[in-house]
Amino acid sequence: MSEHAISFTLNGHLHEGRAEARTSLADHLRQAAGHCGVHLGCEHGACGACTVMVDGKAVRACLMLAVQAQGCAVRTVEGLAASDGTLHRVQQVLREEHALQCGFCTPGIAMTLAALVEGETRPDAQALEQAIGGHLCRCTGYQGLRRAAHRLAGDAP
Amino acid sequence: MKPAPFDYARPASLDEAARLLAEAGGGASVIAGGQTLMPLLNLRMSQPFLLVDLGAIPELRAVERHTGGIRVGAMAVQNELLGHPLVRSDLPLLARALGHVGHHQTRSRGTIGGSIAFAEPAAECPAVALALDARVQLHSVRGMRQVAMADFLHGPYATACAFDEIVTALVFPDPPAGERVEVFFEVARRPGDFALTGLAGELHLDGGTIVAARLAWFAMGHTALRAREAEAALVGAALDEIEPEAIAALALAGTAPFDDKAASAAYRETVARRMFARTLRETCAGRAMA
Ligand SMILES: Cc1cc2nc3c(=O)[nH]c(=O)nc-3n(C[C@@H](O)[C@H](O)[C@H](O)COP(=O)(O)OP(=O)(O)OC[C@H]3O[C@@H](n4cnc5c(N)ncnc54)[C@H](O)[C@@H]3O)c2cc1C
Ligand code: FES
Ligand code: FES
Repeated sequence: MSEHAISFTLNGHLHEGRAEARTSLADHLRQAAGHCGVHLGCEHGACGACTVMVDGKAVRACLMLAVQAQGCAVRTVEGLAASDGTLHRVQQVLREEHALQCGFCTPGIAMTLAALVEGETRPDAQALEQAIGGHLCRCTGYQGLRRAAHRLAGDAP
Repeated sequence: MKPAPFDYARPASLDEAARLLAEAGGGASVIAGGQTLMPLLNLRMSQPFLLVDLGAIPELRAVERHTGGIRVGAMAVQNELLGHPLVRSDLPLLARALGHVGHHQTRSRGTIGGSIAFAEPAAECPAVALALDARVQLHSVRGMRQVAMADFLHGPYATACAFDEIVTALVFPDPPAGERVEVFFEVARRPGDFALTGLAGELHLDGGTIVAARLAWFAMGHTALRAREAEAALVGAALDEIEPEAIAALALAGTAPFDDKAASAAYRETVARRMFARTLRETCAGRAMA
Protein backbone atom coordinates (compact mmCIF):
# COMPACT_ATOMS: atom_id res chain seq x y z
CA MET A 1 0.00 0.00 0.00
CA SER A 2 1.50 3.32 -1.01
CA GLU A 3 2.01 6.22 1.36
CA HIS A 4 2.28 9.76 0.06
CA ALA A 5 3.66 13.08 1.16
CA ILE A 6 0.96 15.67 0.65
CA SER A 7 0.72 19.40 0.89
CA PHE A 8 -2.22 21.70 0.34
CA THR A 9 -3.51 24.93 1.76
CA LEU A 10 -5.96 24.41 4.58
CA ASN A 11 -8.02 27.46 5.46
CA GLY A 12 -5.31 29.64 3.97
CA HIS A 13 -2.34 28.00 5.72
CA LEU A 14 0.07 25.50 4.25
CA HIS A 15 -0.67 21.99 5.47
CA GLU A 16 1.94 19.29 5.02
CA GLY A 17 1.60 15.68 6.02
CA ARG A 18 1.64 12.08 4.95
CA ALA A 19 -1.28 9.85 4.08
CA GLU A 20 -1.85 6.25 3.13
CA ALA A 21 -3.38 6.06 -0.32
CA ARG A 22 -6.67 4.80 1.09
CA THR A 23 -7.13 7.62 3.62
CA SER A 24 -10.08 9.80 2.74
CA LEU A 25 -9.72 13.57 2.79
CA ALA A 26 -12.31 13.62 5.58
CA ASP A 27 -10.29 11.29 7.81
CA HIS A 28 -7.09 13.16 7.05
CA LEU A 29 -8.66 16.51 7.92
CA ARG A 30 -10.04 15.14 11.17
CA GLN A 31 -7.16 12.97 12.31
CA ALA A 32 -3.98 14.48 10.87
CA ALA A 33 -5.09 18.12 10.77
CA GLY A 34 -7.39 18.10 13.79
CA HIS A 35 -10.25 19.76 11.94
CA CYS A 36 -13.10 17.89 13.57
CA GLY A 37 -15.72 20.23 12.16
CA VAL A 38 -15.61 17.84 9.21
CA HIS A 39 -18.30 15.39 10.33
CA LEU A 40 -18.76 11.87 9.05
CA GLY A 41 -22.21 10.39 8.81
CA CYS A 42 -22.58 7.83 6.06
CA GLU A 43 -19.13 7.70 4.43
CA HIS A 44 -20.67 6.99 1.06
CA GLY A 45 -21.75 10.35 -0.24
CA ALA A 46 -25.39 10.39 0.81
CA CYS A 47 -25.66 12.57 3.92
CA GLY A 48 -23.50 15.61 3.18
CA ALA A 49 -22.09 15.98 6.71
CA CYS A 50 -18.49 15.83 5.45
CA THR A 51 -18.87 18.53 2.79
CA VAL A 52 -15.86 20.84 2.49
CA MET A 53 -14.63 23.26 -0.15
CA VAL A 54 -11.89 22.19 -2.53
CA ASP A 55 -10.70 24.90 -4.91
CA GLY A 56 -13.87 26.83 -4.17
CA LYS A 57 -16.27 23.98 -4.88
CA ALA A 58 -18.41 22.07 -2.40
CA VAL A 59 -17.35 18.41 -2.40
CA ARG A 60 -17.86 15.32 -0.28
CA ALA A 61 -14.68 14.83 1.77
CA CYS A 62 -15.59 11.15 2.29
CA LEU A 63 -15.53 10.58 -1.50
CA MET A 64 -12.11 12.06 -2.10
CA LEU A 65 -8.72 10.69 -1.12
CA ALA A 66 -6.35 12.83 0.92
CA VAL A 67 -3.68 12.36 -1.80
CA GLN A 68 -6.07 13.87 -4.32
CA ALA A 69 -6.01 17.15 -2.41
CA GLN A 70 -2.33 17.60 -3.30
CA GLY A 71 -1.82 21.23 -4.36
CA CYS A 72 -5.46 22.20 -3.77
CA ALA A 73 -7.01 24.90 -1.61
CA VAL A 74 -9.12 23.17 1.04
CA ARG A 75 -11.53 25.03 3.27
CA THR A 76 -13.43 23.64 6.23
CA VAL A 77 -15.96 25.15 8.59
CA GLU A 78 -13.06 26.12 10.86
CA GLY A 79 -12.01 28.57 8.16
CA LEU A 80 -15.35 30.32 7.66
CA ALA A 81 -15.40 32.85 10.49
CA ALA A 82 -12.92 35.73 10.48
CA SER A 83 -9.89 35.47 12.77
CA ASP A 84 -11.52 37.87 15.25
CA GLY A 85 -14.48 35.49 15.53
CA THR A 86 -16.90 37.43 13.34
CA LEU A 87 -19.16 34.87 11.75
CA HIS A 88 -19.31 34.36 7.99
CA ARG A 89 -22.57 35.65 6.55
CA VAL A 90 -23.70 32.07 5.96
CA GLN A 91 -23.09 31.16 9.60
CA GLN A 92 -24.81 34.33 10.81
CA VAL A 93 -27.89 33.67 8.70
CA LEU A 94 -28.06 29.99 9.72
CA ARG A 95 -27.94 31.13 13.33
CA GLU A 96 -30.56 33.84 12.98
CA GLU A 97 -32.97 31.55 11.14
CA HIS A 98 -32.64 28.74 13.71
CA ALA A 99 -31.41 26.55 10.88
CA LEU A 100 -29.59 24.20 13.24
CA GLN A 101 -30.32 22.25 16.37
CA CYS A 102 -27.81 19.53 17.23
CA GLY A 103 -25.39 20.93 14.67
CA PHE A 104 -24.21 17.64 13.25
CA CYS A 105 -25.16 18.45 9.67
CA THR A 106 -24.39 22.16 9.98
CA PRO A 107 -20.72 22.37 8.95
CA GLY A 108 -21.45 20.55 5.70
CA ILE A 109 -24.44 22.73 4.92
CA ALA A 110 -22.48 25.87 5.76
CA MET A 111 -19.73 24.84 3.33
CA THR A 112 -22.19 24.12 0.52
CA LEU A 113 -23.89 27.48 0.99
CA ALA A 114 -20.58 29.33 1.32
CA ALA A 115 -19.22 27.75 -1.88
CA LEU A 116 -22.31 28.84 -3.77
CA VAL A 117 -22.65 32.39 -2.43
CA GLU A 118 -18.93 33.02 -2.94
CA GLY A 119 -18.97 31.49 -6.44
CA GLU A 120 -18.92 33.28 -9.76
CA THR A 121 -22.59 33.06 -10.59
CA ARG A 122 -24.87 34.53 -7.97
CA PRO A 123 -27.21 31.67 -7.11
CA ASP A 124 -30.94 32.20 -6.76
CA ALA A 125 -33.00 30.81 -3.90
CA GLN A 126 -34.00 27.78 -5.92
CA ALA A 127 -30.38 26.85 -6.63
CA LEU A 128 -29.51 27.19 -2.93
CA GLU A 129 -32.52 25.13 -1.88
CA GLN A 130 -31.64 22.43 -4.37
CA ALA A 131 -28.07 22.31 -3.12
CA ILE A 132 -29.33 21.89 0.45
CA GLY A 133 -31.13 18.86 -0.96
CA GLY A 134 -27.69 17.25 -0.95
CA HIS A 135 -27.71 17.24 2.87
CA LEU A 136 -29.65 15.30 5.44
CA CYS A 137 -30.70 17.02 8.64
CA ARG A 138 -32.47 14.98 11.33
CA CYS A 139 -33.44 17.98 13.48
CA THR A 140 -34.56 21.19 11.85
CA GLY A 141 -37.38 20.04 9.59
CA TYR A 142 -35.58 22.08 6.89
CA GLN A 143 -37.80 25.18 7.16
CA GLY A 144 -35.10 27.20 8.88
CA LEU A 145 -32.65 26.05 6.24
CA ARG A 146 -35.03 27.15 3.50
CA ARG A 147 -35.43 30.58 5.09
CA ALA A 148 -31.67 30.86 5.31
CA ALA A 149 -31.34 29.92 1.63
CA HIS A 150 -33.85 32.60 0.63
CA ARG A 151 -32.07 35.24 2.66
CA LEU A 152 -28.69 34.31 1.27
CA ALA A 153 -30.06 34.60 -2.25
CA GLY A 154 -31.16 38.11 -1.40
CA ASP A 155 -34.87 37.36 -1.66
CA ALA A 156 -35.66 38.26 1.92
CA PRO A 157 -34.10 40.62 4.48
CA MET B 1 -15.62 2.07 7.23
CA LYS B 2 -12.24 2.10 5.50
CA PRO B 3 -11.20 0.82 2.09
CA ALA B 4 -8.90 -2.18 1.90
CA PRO B 5 -5.31 -1.06 1.25
CA PHE B 6 -4.28 -0.09 -2.29
CA ASP B 7 -1.57 1.80 -4.14
CA TYR B 8 -2.32 5.08 -5.84
CA ALA B 9 -0.89 6.48 -9.06
CA ARG B 10 -1.63 9.74 -10.78
CA PRO B 11 -0.10 9.47 -14.26
CA ALA B 12 0.40 12.65 -16.28
CA SER B 13 -0.30 11.05 -19.66
CA LEU B 14 -2.84 8.73 -21.20
CA ASP B 15 -0.13 6.32 -22.38
CA GLU B 16 1.28 6.05 -18.89
CA ALA B 17 -2.21 5.39 -17.49
CA ALA B 18 -2.84 2.69 -20.09
CA ARG B 19 0.52 1.07 -19.34
CA LEU B 20 -0.26 0.95 -15.60
CA LEU B 21 -3.63 -0.69 -16.27
CA ALA B 22 -2.13 -3.27 -18.63
CA GLU B 23 0.63 -4.16 -16.16
CA ALA B 24 -1.87 -4.59 -13.33
CA GLY B 25 -3.61 -7.31 -15.30
CA GLY B 26 -7.09 -6.57 -13.99
CA GLY B 27 -6.16 -5.74 -10.39
CA ALA B 28 -6.34 -1.98 -10.92
CA SER B 29 -9.27 0.42 -11.07
CA VAL B 30 -9.43 3.73 -12.83
CA ILE B 31 -10.64 6.52 -10.57
CA ALA B 32 -12.35 9.47 -12.27
CA GLY B 33 -14.58 11.59 -10.03
CA GLY B 34 -14.73 8.84 -7.42
CA GLN B 35 -18.40 9.50 -6.67
CA THR B 36 -19.30 5.89 -7.36
CA LEU B 37 -15.97 4.17 -6.82
CA MET B 38 -15.26 5.70 -3.40
CA PRO B 39 -18.50 4.41 -1.87
CA LEU B 40 -17.71 0.97 -3.32
CA LEU B 41 -14.21 1.10 -1.84
CA ASN B 42 -15.46 2.36 1.52
CA LEU B 43 -17.98 -0.48 1.65
CA ARG B 44 -15.28 -2.92 0.44
CA MET B 45 -17.50 -3.99 -2.41
CA SER B 46 -14.50 -3.25 -4.61
CA GLN B 47 -10.91 -4.10 -3.61
CA PRO B 48 -8.41 -3.17 -6.33
CA PHE B 49 -4.72 -3.18 -5.42
CA LEU B 50 -4.03 -0.07 -7.48
CA LEU B 51 -6.01 3.08 -8.27
CA VAL B 52 -5.07 4.91 -11.45
CA ASP B 53 -6.28 8.49 -11.09
CA LEU B 54 -7.11 10.16 -14.43
CA GLY B 55 -7.24 13.63 -12.84
CA ALA B 56 -3.84 14.83 -14.06
CA ILE B 57 -4.41 14.25 -17.78
CA PRO B 58 -5.74 17.60 -19.01
CA GLU B 59 -6.71 16.50 -22.53
CA LEU B 60 -9.36 14.20 -21.05
CA ARG B 61 -11.35 17.23 -19.87
CA ALA B 62 -11.72 18.99 -23.22
CA VAL B 63 -15.15 19.71 -24.68
CA GLU B 64 -14.93 20.73 -28.32
CA ARG B 65 -16.74 20.81 -31.62
CA HIS B 66 -15.09 19.02 -34.48
CA THR B 67 -16.26 17.89 -37.89
CA GLY B 68 -19.40 15.87 -37.58
CA GLY B 69 -20.07 16.36 -33.91
CA ILE B 70 -19.09 17.34 -30.41
CA ARG B 71 -16.44 15.50 -28.47
CA VAL B 72 -16.84 15.51 -24.71
CA GLY B 73 -13.78 14.37 -22.78
CA ALA B 74 -14.41 11.57 -20.30
CA MET B 75 -13.05 13.61 -17.39
CA ALA B 76 -15.35 16.59 -18.06
CA VAL B 77 -16.92 17.25 -14.68
CA GLN B 78 -20.72 17.10 -14.45
CA ASN B 79 -21.17 20.58 -12.97
CA GLU B 80 -18.85 22.09 -15.57
CA LEU B 81 -20.80 20.42 -18.38
CA LEU B 82 -24.05 21.74 -16.89
CA GLY B 83 -22.79 25.28 -17.34
CA HIS B 84 -20.79 24.73 -20.53
CA PRO B 85 -21.95 27.02 -23.39
CA LEU B 86 -21.48 24.33 -26.07
CA VAL B 87 -23.46 21.80 -24.04
CA ARG B 88 -26.20 24.33 -23.35
CA SER B 89 -26.51 25.28 -27.02
CA ASP B 90 -25.85 21.99 -28.81
CA LEU B 91 -26.51 19.22 -26.29
CA PRO B 92 -29.47 20.60 -24.34
CA LEU B 93 -30.69 17.08 -23.55
CA LEU B 94 -27.42 16.32 -21.79
CA ALA B 95 -27.66 19.53 -19.78
CA ARG B 96 -31.22 18.68 -18.82
CA ALA B 97 -30.28 15.16 -17.71
CA LEU B 98 -27.17 16.22 -15.79
CA GLY B 99 -29.31 18.29 -13.47
CA HIS B 100 -30.70 14.97 -12.20
CA VAL B 101 -27.35 13.25 -11.64
CA GLY B 102 -26.79 13.10 -7.89
CA HIS B 103 -26.41 16.33 -5.97
CA HIS B 104 -24.60 19.61 -6.59
CA GLN B 105 -21.82 18.36 -4.28
CA THR B 106 -21.35 15.04 -6.13
CA ARG B 107 -21.47 16.82 -9.50
CA SER B 108 -18.49 18.95 -8.41
CA ARG B 109 -16.29 15.88 -8.92
CA GLY B 110 -18.35 13.29 -10.81
CA THR B 111 -17.48 12.95 -14.50
CA ILE B 112 -19.43 12.00 -17.59
CA GLY B 113 -16.89 9.29 -18.44
CA GLY B 114 -17.33 7.69 -15.03
CA SER B 115 -21.05 7.64 -15.46
CA ILE B 116 -20.80 5.99 -18.88
CA ALA B 117 -18.11 3.50 -17.80
CA PHE B 118 -20.03 2.43 -14.70
CA ALA B 119 -23.20 1.69 -16.72
CA GLU B 120 -25.65 1.88 -13.85
CA PRO B 121 -29.04 0.91 -15.39
CA ALA B 122 -30.80 3.83 -13.66
CA ALA B 123 -28.21 6.44 -14.64
CA GLU B 124 -29.20 9.31 -16.90
CA CYS B 125 -26.01 9.85 -18.94
CA PRO B 126 -25.85 6.42 -20.60
CA ALA B 127 -29.47 6.89 -21.76
CA VAL B 128 -28.70 10.34 -23.19
CA ALA B 129 -25.65 8.98 -25.00
CA LEU B 130 -27.66 6.03 -26.33
CA ALA B 131 -30.52 8.24 -27.52
CA LEU B 132 -28.15 10.66 -29.26
CA ASP B 133 -26.20 7.85 -31.01
CA ALA B 134 -22.96 8.77 -29.26
CA ARG B 135 -19.77 6.83 -29.80
CA VAL B 136 -17.42 5.91 -26.98
CA GLN B 137 -13.69 6.35 -27.54
CA LEU B 138 -11.47 3.84 -25.76
CA HIS B 139 -7.71 3.85 -25.30
CA SER B 140 -5.34 1.10 -24.24
CA VAL B 141 -1.79 -0.08 -24.91
CA ARG B 142 -3.24 -1.71 -28.05
CA GLY B 143 -4.31 1.69 -29.39
CA MET B 144 -7.52 3.59 -29.82
CA ARG B 145 -10.94 2.31 -30.85
CA GLN B 146 -14.49 3.57 -31.02
CA VAL B 147 -17.63 1.73 -30.03
CA ALA B 148 -21.18 2.84 -30.70
CA MET B 149 -23.08 3.39 -27.46
CA ALA B 150 -25.57 0.69 -28.51
CA ASP B 151 -22.73 -1.86 -28.57
CA PHE B 152 -21.00 -0.45 -25.50
CA LEU B 153 -23.67 -1.29 -22.93
CA HIS B 154 -23.64 -5.03 -22.19
CA GLY B 155 -25.63 -5.26 -18.96
CA PRO B 156 -25.87 -3.81 -15.49
CA TYR B 157 -22.38 -2.44 -14.72
CA ALA B 158 -20.99 -4.34 -17.73
CA THR B 159 -19.65 -2.66 -20.86
CA ALA B 160 -17.38 -3.20 -23.84
CA CYS B 161 -14.58 -1.44 -21.94
CA ALA B 162 -11.89 -4.06 -21.23
CA PHE B 163 -10.07 -4.06 -17.88
CA ASP B 164 -7.08 -2.31 -19.43
CA GLU B 165 -9.03 0.24 -21.46
CA ILE B 166 -9.79 3.84 -20.60
CA VAL B 167 -12.87 5.69 -21.81
CA THR B 168 -11.36 8.88 -23.21
CA ALA B 169 -14.36 10.65 -24.72
CA LEU B 170 -17.91 10.54 -25.94
CA VAL B 171 -18.57 11.77 -29.45
CA PHE B 172 -22.05 13.12 -30.09
CA PRO B 173 -22.73 13.24 -33.85
CA ASP B 174 -24.55 16.21 -35.35
CA PRO B 175 -28.30 15.79 -34.89
CA PRO B 176 -30.58 14.87 -37.81
CA ALA B 177 -31.96 17.79 -39.80
CA GLY B 178 -35.02 19.57 -38.51
CA GLU B 179 -35.97 21.59 -35.50
CA ARG B 180 -35.30 19.64 -32.33
CA VAL B 181 -37.48 19.19 -29.31
CA GLU B 182 -36.34 17.51 -26.12
CA VAL B 183 -38.37 14.75 -24.55
CA PHE B 184 -37.35 14.09 -20.96
CA PHE B 185 -38.81 12.94 -17.71
CA GLU B 186 -37.50 11.34 -14.57
CA VAL B 187 -39.38 9.99 -11.59
CA ALA B 188 -37.38 9.72 -8.37
CA ARG B 189 -38.35 9.82 -4.72
CA ARG B 190 -36.25 12.93 -4.08
CA PRO B 191 -34.06 15.04 -6.33
CA GLY B 192 -30.61 13.45 -6.36
CA ASP B 193 -31.90 9.90 -5.91
CA PHE B 194 -31.49 7.39 -8.68
CA ALA B 195 -34.45 7.26 -11.04
CA LEU B 196 -37.33 4.84 -10.55
CA THR B 197 -38.04 5.34 -14.21
CA GLY B 198 -37.06 7.89 -16.81
CA LEU B 199 -36.75 8.68 -20.49
CA ALA B 200 -34.40 10.91 -22.46
CA GLY B 201 -34.71 11.75 -26.12
CA GLU B 202 -35.33 14.17 -28.92
CA LEU B 203 -37.85 14.61 -31.71
CA HIS B 204 -36.79 16.32 -34.91
CA LEU B 205 -39.46 18.27 -36.74
CA ASP B 206 -40.05 19.61 -40.20
CA GLY B 207 -43.04 21.88 -39.96
CA GLY B 208 -45.57 19.91 -37.96
CA THR B 209 -44.19 16.52 -38.94
CA ILE B 210 -41.75 14.35 -37.04
CA VAL B 211 -38.82 13.41 -39.27
CA ALA B 212 -36.69 11.65 -36.66
CA ALA B 213 -37.21 10.35 -33.14
CA ARG B 214 -34.53 9.12 -30.74
CA LEU B 215 -35.74 7.93 -27.35
CA ALA B 216 -34.00 5.95 -24.59
CA TRP B 217 -35.28 4.65 -21.27
CA PHE B 218 -33.29 4.46 -18.07
CA ALA B 219 -34.11 2.31 -15.01
CA MET B 220 -36.35 0.19 -17.25
CA GLY B 221 -34.09 -2.80 -17.83
CA HIS B 222 -30.55 -4.12 -17.50
CA THR B 223 -29.15 -1.20 -19.47
CA ALA B 224 -30.43 2.02 -20.96
CA LEU B 225 -32.80 0.95 -23.78
CA ARG B 226 -33.86 2.55 -27.06
CA ALA B 227 -37.62 2.64 -27.63
CA ARG B 228 -37.26 1.61 -31.28
CA GLU B 229 -40.88 0.67 -31.96
CA ALA B 230 -42.16 3.96 -30.62
CA GLU B 231 -39.54 5.83 -32.63
CA ALA B 232 -40.64 4.07 -35.83
CA ALA B 233 -44.28 4.90 -35.17
CA LEU B 234 -43.48 8.56 -34.54
CA VAL B 235 -41.49 9.14 -37.71
CA GLY B 236 -43.71 10.59 -40.41
CA ALA B 237 -46.51 11.43 -37.98
CA ALA B 238 -47.96 14.92 -37.70
CA LEU B 239 -47.77 16.41 -34.23
CA ASP B 240 -51.51 16.97 -33.96
CA GLU B 241 -52.44 13.39 -34.82
CA ILE B 242 -50.23 11.51 -32.37
CA GLU B 243 -51.94 9.20 -29.92
CA PRO B 244 -49.72 9.32 -26.86
CA GLU B 245 -51.21 6.23 -25.15
CA ALA B 246 -50.66 4.07 -28.21
CA ILE B 247 -47.08 5.27 -28.60
CA ALA B 248 -46.47 4.68 -24.87
CA ALA B 249 -47.56 1.06 -25.26
CA LEU B 250 -45.08 0.64 -28.12
CA ALA B 251 -42.36 2.35 -26.11
CA LEU B 252 -42.74 -0.15 -23.30
CA ALA B 253 -42.21 -3.09 -25.65
CA GLY B 254 -38.76 -4.45 -24.98
CA THR B 255 -38.38 -2.90 -21.54
CA ALA B 256 -37.86 -5.20 -18.56
CA PRO B 257 -38.29 -3.15 -15.40
CA PHE B 258 -37.08 -4.79 -12.21
CA ASP B 259 -38.24 -5.19 -8.64
CA ASP B 260 -35.98 -3.76 -5.98
CA LYS B 261 -36.27 -2.06 -2.63
CA ALA B 262 -37.07 1.27 -4.26
CA ALA B 263 -40.02 0.14 -6.40
CA SER B 264 -41.74 -2.89 -7.87
CA ALA B 265 -41.54 -3.68 -11.57
CA ALA B 266 -45.31 -3.15 -11.87
CA TYR B 267 -45.05 0.30 -10.31
CA ARG B 268 -42.22 1.29 -12.63
CA GLU B 269 -44.18 0.13 -15.64
CA THR B 270 -47.38 1.93 -14.67
CA VAL B 271 -45.60 5.17 -13.91
CA ALA B 272 -43.45 4.91 -17.03
CA ARG B 273 -46.51 4.40 -19.24
CA ARG B 274 -48.39 7.37 -17.78
CA MET B 275 -45.37 9.66 -17.70
CA PHE B 276 -44.42 8.77 -21.26
CA ALA B 277 -47.90 9.55 -22.57
CA ARG B 278 -48.14 12.77 -20.58
CA THR B 279 -44.71 13.97 -21.61
CA LEU B 280 -45.35 13.21 -25.27
CA ARG B 281 -48.75 14.92 -25.16
CA GLU B 282 -47.32 18.04 -23.54
CA THR B 283 -44.33 18.11 -25.86
CA CYS B 284 -46.52 17.85 -28.97
CA ALA B 285 -49.08 20.35 -27.69
CA GLY B 286 -46.32 22.82 -26.83
CA ARG B 287 -44.86 22.49 -30.34
CA ALA B 288 -48.15 22.55 -32.23
CA MET B 289 -48.96 25.89 -30.60
CA ALA B 290 -45.50 27.39 -31.14
C1 LIG C 1 -25.35 10.38 -3.19
C2 LIG C 1 -25.10 10.03 -4.64
C3 LIG C 1 -26.15 10.11 -5.54
C4 LIG C 1 -25.94 9.77 -6.88
N1 LIG C 1 -26.99 9.87 -7.75
C5 LIG C 1 -26.80 9.58 -9.07
C6 LIG C 1 -27.87 9.69 -10.00
O1 LIG C 1 -28.99 10.04 -9.65
N2 LIG C 1 -27.60 9.37 -11.30
C7 LIG C 1 -26.36 8.97 -11.72
O2 LIG C 1 -26.18 8.71 -12.90
N3 LIG C 1 -25.33 8.88 -10.87
C8 LIG C 1 -25.52 9.18 -9.55
N4 LIG C 1 -24.47 9.05 -8.68
C9 LIG C 1 -23.17 8.60 -9.21
C10 LIG C 1 -22.46 9.77 -9.88
O3 LIG C 1 -22.32 10.79 -8.95
C11 LIG C 1 -21.04 9.41 -10.38
O4 LIG C 1 -20.41 10.61 -10.68
C12 LIG C 1 -20.95 8.57 -11.61
O5 LIG C 1 -21.77 7.43 -11.52
C13 LIG C 1 -19.53 8.03 -11.81
O6 LIG C 1 -18.68 9.04 -12.21
P1 LIG C 1 -17.31 9.29 -11.48
O7 LIG C 1 -16.56 10.24 -12.32
O8 LIG C 1 -17.59 9.72 -10.09
O9 LIG C 1 -16.62 7.86 -11.57
P2 LIG C 1 -15.79 6.97 -10.53
O10 LIG C 1 -16.56 6.78 -9.29
O11 LIG C 1 -14.42 7.48 -10.42
O12 LIG C 1 -15.75 5.61 -11.36
C14 LIG C 1 -16.91 4.80 -11.53
C15 LIG C 1 -16.52 3.49 -12.23
O13 LIG C 1 -16.20 3.72 -13.59
C16 LIG C 1 -14.84 3.41 -13.86
N5 LIG C 1 -14.32 4.53 -14.68
C17 LIG C 1 -14.47 5.85 -14.39
N6 LIG C 1 -13.97 6.60 -15.39
C18 LIG C 1 -13.49 5.74 -16.31
C19 LIG C 1 -12.84 5.92 -17.57
N7 LIG C 1 -12.62 7.14 -18.08
N8 LIG C 1 -12.47 4.82 -18.26
C20 LIG C 1 -12.72 3.58 -17.76
N9 LIG C 1 -13.33 3.35 -16.59
C21 LIG C 1 -13.71 4.41 -15.86
C22 LIG C 1 -14.16 3.28 -12.51
O14 LIG C 1 -13.10 2.38 -12.56
C23 LIG C 1 -15.30 2.80 -11.65
O15 LIG C 1 -15.48 1.43 -11.78
C24 LIG C 1 -24.65 9.37 -7.32
C25 LIG C 1 -23.59 9.32 -6.41
C26 LIG C 1 -23.80 9.64 -5.07
C27 LIG C 1 -22.65 9.57 -4.13
S1 FES D 1 -20.11 11.28 5.37
FE1 FES D 1 -19.68 12.07 3.42
S2 FES D 1 -21.63 12.31 2.56
FE2 FES D 1 -22.07 11.28 4.43
S1 FES E 1 -29.16 20.11 13.13
FE1 FES E 1 -29.13 18.08 13.85
S2 FES E 1 -28.85 16.97 12.00
FE2 FES E 1 -29.16 18.95 11.30
